[in-house]
Amino acid sequence: MAFDYNQYIRGGKLPHIWCPGCTYGIVFKSLIRSLDAIKQDKDDLAVVSGIGCASRLPGYLDANTLHTAHGRALTFATGVKMAAPGKRVIALSGDGDATAIGGNHFIHACRRNIDITVLVLNNYIYGMTGGQHSPTTPKGHNATTMPYGNIDPNFDIPKLAIGAGASFVARGTAYHVPALDKILIEAINHKGLSVVEIINACPTTHGRRNKFKNATDQLLWMKDTFMPLAAFDKLPAEKTEGKLPLGVLYKKENAPEYCETYAAMSAGVRQKLEGRA
Amino acid sequence: MKDADAGTVHREFVKGNEAICHGALAAGCRHYFGYPITPQNDIPEYMSTHMAAHGGVFLQAESEVATINMLLGAAAAGKRVMTSSSGPGISLMQEGISYMAGSELPAVIVNISRSGPGLGGIAPSQGDYFQAVKGGGHGGCRIPVLAPHSVQEMYELTMHAFELADRYRTPVMILGDAIIGQMKEPYTPGLCEPPGPIDKPWATTGCAGRPRQHVKSLYLKDDDIERHNWKLHEKLQRIEKAEVRAESYHLEDARIVLVAFGTAARVCKTAIQWARKEGIAAGMIRPVTLFPFPKTLVHETAGKADLLLVVEMNTGQMVEDVMISTSHHDKVRFMGKPCAMPTPDDILAEIRLLAGKTS
Ligand SMILES: Cc1ncc(C[n+]2csc(CCOP(=O)(O)OP(=O)(O)O)c2C)c(N)n1
Ligand code: SF4
Repeated sequence: MAFDYNQYIRGGKLPHIWCPGCTYGIVFKSLIRSLDAIKQDKDDLAVVSGIGCASRLPGYLDANTLHTAHGRALTFATGVKMAAPGKRVIALSGDGDATAIGGNHFIHACRRNIDITVLVLNNYIYGMTGGQHSPTTPKGHNATTMPYGNIDPNFDIPKLAIGAGASFVARGTAYHVPALDKILIEAINHKGLSVVEIINACPTTHGRRNKFKNATDQLLWMKDTFMPLAAFDKLPAEKTEGKLPLGVLYKKENAPEYCETYAAMSAGVRQKLEGRA
Repeated sequence: MKDADAGTVHREFVKGNEAICHGALAAGCRHYFGYPITPQNDIPEYMSTHMAAHGGVFLQAESEVATINMLLGAAAAGKRVMTSSSGPGISLMQEGISYMAGSELPAVIVNISRSGPGLGGIAPSQGDYFQAVKGGGHGGCRIPVLAPHSVQEMYELTMHAFELADRYRTPVMILGDAIIGQMKEPYTPGLCEPPGPIDKPWATTGCAGRPRQHVKSLYLKDDDIERHNWKLHEKLQRIEKAEVRAESYHLEDARIVLVAFGTAARVCKTAIQWARKEGIAAGMIRPVTLFPFPKTLVHETAGKADLLLVVEMNTGQMVEDVMISTSHHDKVRFMGKPCAMPTPDDILAEIRLLAGKTS
């Protein structure tokens, strides 16, 4: 029997807003399959997003969902997790949402290592507002606010997350779909802050301004650019130019998780007070 | 202005947002900082293309919080500076606006407002009136607010905003909306002179022959902060005395006087023309400066007219300033259309109703 996506889709919400050729739908389905694979109870799941085309995803998902302010998904998610530590919390952002206006919150959530799964849907551009450059837009690429080619140096999201203290960091793409399912399952199951950068294509505001003929062209670029970490590590240095690794890039088991650390601290304080009483 | 060669008047056919950019460049603004948000993206996009060509600066910041503080820095360095945003972005800028008001730094801040609260929507709205006019920032900060109602005014009032900002050393806000920002119509640049350069001895420009500058809004010693507050208050009073602007539209014989600004005022003009054709003596006060508010004109008009009808694209904000301006409260009526533009028919229907009541 065909996989039933509707069990995780909120009734009456489709069709979605995404453009033809947008790869966000691929990620949406991969996320649904991953949730199904771990038998995630929808009542115990909160999905929080900021603002942008990517951030519209939770609106279609039949779970406890919050659509918040631009850049602030991780602060809302932190509030949810601290208020309901037993629940599963997934935060979802675009590259601009997570690393521009939300960059500060991103590094601090990583630093706390709070048990939230962060999905950053990186399409290298501000899609929703029409194609302005983001902190991940490659050098030289055209954007509506970089009409002479982007001069801003860009973030490597996994490196940023590792540097800031996240205990699980991975990269997937909308092309390598079976691998993405596996990564998402592992990321959601990981205890602590997990970041998954998911490479996406925005043919409407990025691709067509940057010599990609169509969305397929952008997917083929993903196929040529990203390779499994093991294969990437075997490449001689001169051959890594223009290539990027894929899969779980960093994992630290048993790093102190923030909600647990807090609960332990609080229990200790209460014990002391009771001892005194 | 006549074009010497062609004998024709030079006109530009552009969107309101673009006219703001033309006005800023004509006023000598060479430093723009911004962050994308609908419905004002034309402004950063235009500036990203033209600032580099003019040898000026365009920088897309990582957020509006970053934007407003970059603006503060460039203003402190003595430059004519501008930013633009909408709803949520303007909210994020309020801390910086308050710091600029406190530090007495000139800057132009454009709000092409959208509907709210929260993320609201991108429909045109005048819901930001209170935030703009009453001082959205903390600590009693208040800044002049200009409300263009045509592309011509988007151009002219931008230049005027730079002039006010420099003259009074204050941030100045231009409050537009999605319609006026996105609408295209011709304007004539030659009708208005750009402000000339102004000396800024307070700027952090190095300082041969004068003490080194220290730009700040912090006052901890004795009653310094109280004195500073009175000084800012006195400045606002000077602005209230000298800088009120309003358009009187068919006011001479008007029995029913509409009060409206920006896009709503445009629609009111059509409704008033239609009403006059039906023999109803309607007119309008159109505040061009929302702060300072044309209190005297409102009060004097209220004394003479039968009724004032305040028309806003919100659920009632400027109407409070109308009430503060006049003691004729019994004559004030309100018509609101939150997050949408009223049609001339809507307004005419209301005018007819009021005319029936007063005859
Ligand atoms: C405070 C604030 N500033 C700006 C915006 C406008 N805005 C909406 S989405 C967005 C960026 C979207 O880019 P990204 O996060 O990369 O997501 P995408 O749309 O590409 O999926 C911006 C700037 C906003 N909603 N709120
Ligand atoms: S604008 Fe880009 S990111 Fe947004 S839905 Fe369209 S293709 Fe996707």
